[in-house]
Amino acid sequence: MADLEEEVLARIERQRKLRPRFRDDRITMAHGAGGKATHTLVAGLFERAFANEALAELADAARLEIAGLNLAMTTDAFVVRPLRFPGGSIGELAVNGTVNDLSMAGARPVALTASFVLEEGLDADVLRAEAAAMAEAARAADVAVVAGDTKVVERGKADGMYISTSGLGVVDPRAQLSGRSIRPGDRVLCSGYVGDHGTAIMLARGDLDLDADVVSDTAPLWPLAKALLEAVAPALRVMRDPTRGGVATVLNELAADGDVGVVLEEDKVPVRSAVKGACEILGIDPMYVANEGKLLAIVAPDAADAALAALRSASGGEHAALVGEVAEQPAGMVLVRTGFGGTRIMDMLIGDPLPRIC
Amino acid sequence: MKFVDEYRDAELARGLGAQIAALAEPGRHYKVMEVCGGHTHTIYKHGIEAHLPESVELVHGPGCPVCVIPMGRVDDGIAIAKRPNVIFTCFGDMMRVPGGDGSLLEAKAEGADVRFVYSPLDALKIARENPDREVVFYAIGFETTAPSTALTLMRAKQEGLKNFSVMCNHVTIVPPLKALLESPDLRLDAFIGPGHVSTVVGCRPYEFIPRDYGQPVVVAGFEPLDLLQSIFMIMRQLSEGRAEVENQYGRVVFWEGNPRALDVLQEVFVLRPHFEWRGLGFISQSALSLSDAYADWDAELRYDVPGVRVADPKACQCGEVLKGVIKPWECKVFGTACTPETPIGTCMVSSEGACAAYYNFGRFAKPKARAGA
Repeated sequence: MADLEEEVLARIERQRKLRPRFRDDRITMAHGAGGKATHTLVAGLFERAFANEALAELADAARLEIAGLNLAMTTDAFVVRPLRFPGGSIGELAVNGTVNDLSMAGARPVALTASFVLEEGLDADVLRAEAAAMAEAARAADVAVVAGDTKVVERGKADGMYISTSGLGVVDPRAQLSGRSIRPGDRVLCSGYVGDHGTAIMLARGDLDLDADVVSDTAPLWPLAKALLEAVAPALRVMRDPTRGGVATVLNELAADGDVGVVLEEDKVPVRSAVKGACEILGIDPMYVANEGKLLAIVAPDAADAALAALRSASGGEHAALVGEVAEQPAGMVLVRTGFGGTRIMDMLIGDPLPRIC
Repeated sequence: MKFVDEYRDAELARGLGAQIAALAEPGRHYKVMEVCGGHTHTIYKHGIEAHLPESVELVHGPGCPVCVIPMGRVDDGIAIAKRPNVIFTCFGDMMRVPGGDGSLLEAKAEGADVRFVYSPLDALKIARENPDREVVFYAIGFETTAPSTALTLMRAKQEGLKNFSVMCNHVTIVPPLKALLESPDLRLDAFIGPGHVSTVVGCRPYEFIPRDYGQPVVVAGFEPLDLLQSIFMIMRQLSEGRAEVENQYGRVVFWEGNPRALDVLQEVFVLRPHFEWRGLGFISQSALSLSDAYADWDAELRYDVPGVRVADPKACQCGEVLKGVIKPWECKVFGTACTPETPIGTCMVSSEGACAAYYNFGRFAKPKARAGA
């Protein structure tokens, strides 16, 4: 019987290693949720269609060598509802999101472009407020918004406004970042409280009749990334910001990239008690909830303490923590040690985080 | 977090684990079924099996309400959802469950107005706010959720709300247990009784299990220490040669249940002669439909429901997996025709189903055995 089990497992494992194919008939909300369906769409359709070396890394930003300059380039679209929420707004997100994708590639953000898709009938004051929010966020992140575009669509078509930003950055010469460089024994760091942004948005939508004092954590991550590069650059394997799909999804991607196991100590991941409480009530795991101002970093073991100290002394990293470790097994998976003394596998997000009936 | 952390103490868990191990007879293998999907969730989430000795195996039962809905009923729901003027409401995790031809999530992508709600009362609110639309609530769940559907229907009737109806898929807990127990090849030693269902039905309905089948039942709460304590209580019964219904969840569950909720169920629902369970086939008197007094709010009567019947493929062996007769990988369709992306049986539908967990995590599905280091 053990032989049959081995045979079935081996077949499944072979199938899982294949690059996914995008076979769906239609786009569902799950394709935008950042989990498995998104991964299948990106790897199975876009990566195949646009195949090139810079894209193949599937990192937060592409690295390009142009005329001897090491540049990073990225783009991101923002479709949040409501447009303003406790702790931020779509404009602030649009700047920070792209700035952060560059920062995670080890690049100092330099310039952004912004495209606006506006819905007919949008209150001009709403747009003014978002322009001001973007300008303020760009100042704070020390980037310039250097070009843009505006389109208007008919009423009912754009939830008020969508913003898309693209960003250009200069890769820090000390940055040698790649998921493939992760080795067993490496340590995993988290720069602060997770789950704030997604929880704030869920509560701000108001369909839950829940009240809690949670605000979005939207913030530029370059100061944290820079602090890590300055403190431990050669030992810094990779950085990622756990946005859609949360900490769980990013760690799964890193485990797959490095073909290593990631062991997460659940109790060590900082989660505010209001976020814990809201997630507990909703039946959602905070590890799958989006963040907009946090990073996860993997560093070589002997640099872990220095990396932690560097994060903690940088603005926005005061609550940073060592949250896990890289192991040889289970390769390509994330294992969680629970506070209860057990272990479980933490999978990528499947579809949207839907509340459970029981 | 207050009132939560107390039930998640690793030290207490280790103590209970040791006591459970001490009660296990050497050489004997124990199979304990947790009936309720909520328990399965707790077991996975906290890694409870790490505290159990190798000889105590948890078998995940048929109590995940979304997983037992047969494909045909999903297709019927989708048919209603696709009607032009309908707002179709359901619980969040129902949206992903595949029917014979896609899920509600996919129907939504194709243009159907499908929304998830936290309570049937939210669906009623949507009906009030959209008087020119027809709002349908797709009701699922055991006796746990049935009273809230009943209450919602009573309100709809009081208010004379005509643009609201319910497609009722409520199921009852005892008949599937009986069906499992009746099967000659059952390999179980005891049951962890469902906690939330029992807040409504009480503990009395399970008395037939020790009486007629000689197996202990312990009704348990949903925190990890609740579950470990209930396993301890089961092991104590087995070691003392007792078989009784015991209530570990006394802080919430009363022996006689909740009489008001039971009254409400009586008024609004009647037993269906039979109902199909995904993976388990037809089980008689195992589900509820709306009583004549509420016929006007019955979506199955209001709309021309196709009454789709999608047969579970003959090769599906969910029943055997649930009974503990075979392991997931021994099923003929496991990993070939039946995968988490295209599930056939109930054990593959939910990510916590025995087969889905085994498919996704393979040799690591039971972390205690291999990765506990």
